[in-house]
Amino acid sequence: MTNRSVPTTGDLVAGALKGRRLDVGGFVLVVGLLLALLISMIVLVTLIADMIQQGLPVLAERGWAFVSTPLSPDAHDAGIVQGIMGSLGLMLFVVVIAFPVGVASAIYLEEYAPDTRLTRFIVANVRNLAGVPSIVYGLLGLAIFVKLLGGITGGRTLISGGLTLAILVLPIMIITASEALRAVPMAIREAAFGVGATRWEVIRYQVLPVATPAILTGTVLTIARAFGESAPLLLSGAVLSLFFASPSGATLWDFVAHEKYTALPIIVFNWARQPQKEFVALTAAAIVVLLAILLLVNATAIVLRDRFERRT
Amino acid sequence: MTTTTPDLTGDPARHRKERRVKMVMLAAGVLTIVVSIAIVLSLLSEAISFLTQIDLGQLWAKGWFPRRGRFDLRTIIVHTLLVTAVAMVVAVPLGMGAATYLSEYAPRTVRRVLKPLLEVLAGIPSVVLGFFALTWITPNVMRRIWEDTELFNMGAAGIAVGILIVPLIASVAEDAMRAVPDALREASYGLGARRRHTTLRVVLPAAISGITAGFILGASRAVGETMIVAIAAGASGGSLLTFKITEGGQTMTGAMASLAIGSDQIAGVGAAFQSLFFVGLLLFVFTLILNVASERVIRRFRERY
Repeated sequence: MTNRSVPTTGDLVAGALKGRRLDVGGFVLVVGLLLALLISMIVLVTLIADMIQQGLPVLAERGWAFVSTPLSPDAHDAGIVQGIMGSLGLMLFVVVIAFPVGVASAIYLEEYAPDTRLTRFIVANVRNLAGVPSIVYGLLGLAIFVKLLGGITGGRTLISGGLTLAILVLPIMIITASEALRAVPMAIREAAFGVGATRWEVIRYQVLPVATPAILTGTVLTIARAFGESAPLLLSGAVLSLFFASPSGATLWDFVAHEKYTALPIIVFNWARQPQKEFVALTAAAIVVLLAILLLVNATAIVLRDRFERRT
Repeated sequence: MTTTTPDLTGDPARHRKERRVKMVMLAAGVLTIVVSIAIVLSLLSEAISFLTQIDLGQLWAKGWFPRRGRFDLRTIIVHTLLVTAVAMVVAVPLGMGAATYLSEYAPRTVRRVLKPLLEVLAGIPSVVLGFFALTWITPNVMRRIWEDTELFNMGAAGIAVGILIVPLIASVAEDAMRAVPDALREASYGLGARRRHTTLRVVLPAAISGITAGFILGASRAVGETMIVAIAAGASGGSLLTFKITEGGQTMTGAMASLAIGSDQIAGVGAAFQSLFFVGLLLFVFTLILNVASERVIRRFRERY
């Protein structure tokens, strides 16, 4: 006598093999996951649309003058040229200091360094430095470049800010350059060693040419990051007032070593703190310019890398 | 013809150049250690001189008002944790969802479009997100939920910080899931598991160490984020301890930023100025612990395939 409510093994297998046609749970999961991704995208679109909507009136009314006039306490005259010049100056320091030092460190760590305690310590240290909050680098800049070395850097000048930003991005430079070097196939090095090249010759003529596109893409992305960075500059001396005079006729050296400076993200921050309504639109307009520069730079780097990845 | 030793050792000039190049590269590597030492020393010296100047009871006073000699650490630490918690509530589901979709479900073409867009989101500067939090998130999100939300509030700042770390969490988690070998997925399908079971019960557990490390890194970034809280969380000058995210409050980074903005302190010496370095030291230690923890998690629980 069989109890019909207890299915046989055969029934179970047949049931499992047939399954439900529609996997409702799976469908819900996919929709949920896609939703998470789409929400992030919607936030991005909303942010950009909101900034354009708020900032466009200013940009339309002022046109090029907004980008080419200096700061002013009067919202109707205020422009961002000092911020753009300052940011470009800061990037010069980043490129001139962080790029060569970063690539050299990466070459040492990837190509030369024996597996010693010192090496492992440097690697761990670089990773930790990359995780230090940017405002802490600002404290470093304030204590060392503005105060301790104030006699050389001139205190609150582009030199102090530029050095601070260069040190901030150095660990990121090292990590990206290291990854680029690691991606170069070992066979290339072995072949070069096999025909009698010294280590430096192998690096200079075989490894670096292969790694260059990836290193450059990483560098561009790093510079874009530095361009939008403002917390360290708050501490290392960027000017926070609503306006300051940049004397005409100042030489480039004066501009770098003696004059007050500011940067585009600092202007955004400063205007964002102003309660008057005109400054809200002004802030949005400055953000539109900042985002336009950054998106352009980032997109270039991403397209470059995409191309490079598809080729290899 | 015989081969002599000089032939094999090669040109001495080449060797000298080789050594010189190596020394230059080594110097660049060692410079990073110098940077670390400089950070620790500059923080420590001012922080110690801060501690010697004040009465230790001032670290437990009512509220954080550096200009009035009240340096209550509970206030800024609790506020930091609040903002970080809100950020994680936003970023973990969004980041994990995005990562899981990109790694397990997205067709190649979709992935190629969406992944760069996430990177664009990662490239938005934090000042911009701060302004967005103040002018968009507060009226359109916070005030829809809690009508009496203050203009400057920690909730909006937390949401914006969350948006900031979504790409970080997503990219670390996605890397971890893509590193799970396909053989595991195929074995799961072979046993008759559906895709969702494979994703949730095979891939996620296998990638859990990398995912956890991503969460910790995200939290570390949230703790150290400055500009968003400086713009949107408000309370420049000081704040009392509050547990409400609808109110303004200073976080550790917010307190540092507002000390930096106050032009009288930044130039001078004195306890308020030096508290900047003390808070900086705390922040440095917190984030260092989190970063080291994330590496430990990876090393300890990584499955080797």
